[in-house]
Amino acid sequence: MPKRGAPPEVNAGSMADIAFLLLIFFLVTTTIETDAGLDRMLPPIEPPDTDVIIKQKNIFQVSINRDGQLLADEELTNIKDLRAKAIAFLDNGGAPSGSADYCSYCKGKRDASSSDSPAKAIISLKNDRETKYGTYITVQNELVGAYNDLRNREAQRLFKKDFTDMEAEYLNPETPDNVREELKEKVKRVQDLFPQKLSEAETSSN
Amino acid sequence: MSKFNKKKDAALPAVNTASLPDIVFMLLFFFMTVTVMKDSTLKVENVLPNATEIKKLEKKDRVIYIYVGKPTREYEKVFGTESKIQLNDKFASASDVGDYILMERAKKPQELQNVLTTALKVDKNANMGIISDIKQELRKVNALKVNYTTYEGDAFRNLQ
Repeated sequence: MPKRGAPPEVNAGSMADIAFLLLIFFLVTTTIETDAGLDRMLPPIEPPDTDVIIKQKNIFQVSINRDGQLLADEELTNIKDLRAKAIAFLDNGGAPSGSADYCSYCKGKRDASSSDSPAKAIISLKNDRETKYGTYITVQNELVGAYNDLRNREAQRLFKKDFTDMEAEYLNPETPDNVREELKEKVKRVQDLFPQKLSEAETSSN
Repeated sequence: MSKFNKKKDAALPAVNTASLPDIVFMLLFFFMTVTVMKDSTLKVENVLPNATEIKKLEKKDRVIYIYVGKPTREYEKVFGTESKIQLNDKFASASDVGDYILMERAKKPQELQNVLTTALKVDKNANMGIISDIKQELRKVNALKVNYTTYEGDAFRNLQ
């Protein structure tokens, strides 16, 4: 019998099956994840050379005990109220107008017995060794949230944009360089209005 | 007879599936490229807490991971139920963290060595004591940039 033209075709019917098998494997093993979390800087281990004297009124002391109870500024506080309290403290601007620390953009009560200005205000966080990590993160989240709320307010006033959006855009590697340069200054400016001063004492074991 | 033959020809032709493998391969390649294989198997329970004020960890090559949590079921008998630190694939104590960071840092290219972040993936039921020990070790080796890795969600759910 004479051969007619083309050689016989390879049967590719099972190729799809094999490909499906691989596909399903990769589908199952894929986890498209980008990690996210709270960024913090730890204090360097060497103590600063000069001892800075900080006025008691400029410190907002937050302590968490082993049962997850919260002591903010020597008052037992519900964690849900912490953010408001922290904002009130940071935004207080107690220094009288005319003094070097006077805060022109603060909208707080200007209570002389609370913080002088956002630049001076320090939040000190202390926790027990038995404190649950979840509670600690919640407290951290609220404190960072307090800073972010205030920064958003100022960024809205100055640039009509949220600070968190500006920062996210600045940190995004896909943002073009010229845009980033511009954002950098704005982000820096807002950050300087409310510098994040969150100190963490070493944990107590009692 | 010829009439019958004609009828047979007119039967529904089979759907051409020749391009099916191409489509499937396309999907396959997509998933192959986006897949990230886990580089260490978790030996500890790792339910992260929730937070809202989070920032993304953009560059994976600049991150060193530390896992903390209770040993999982199969390791419970050997290692107990206290929270443990996992570095790479091994359980470790807090005093090993410093060496681990230095070792990981040495593996990274020179230009990245100063911009590394330490991601702490800690189970929400772990105690702060172990975290404080880790933080102390990190300060000793000057790895000051940390990221408490969390899920995105209402932070008050952590309290329950």
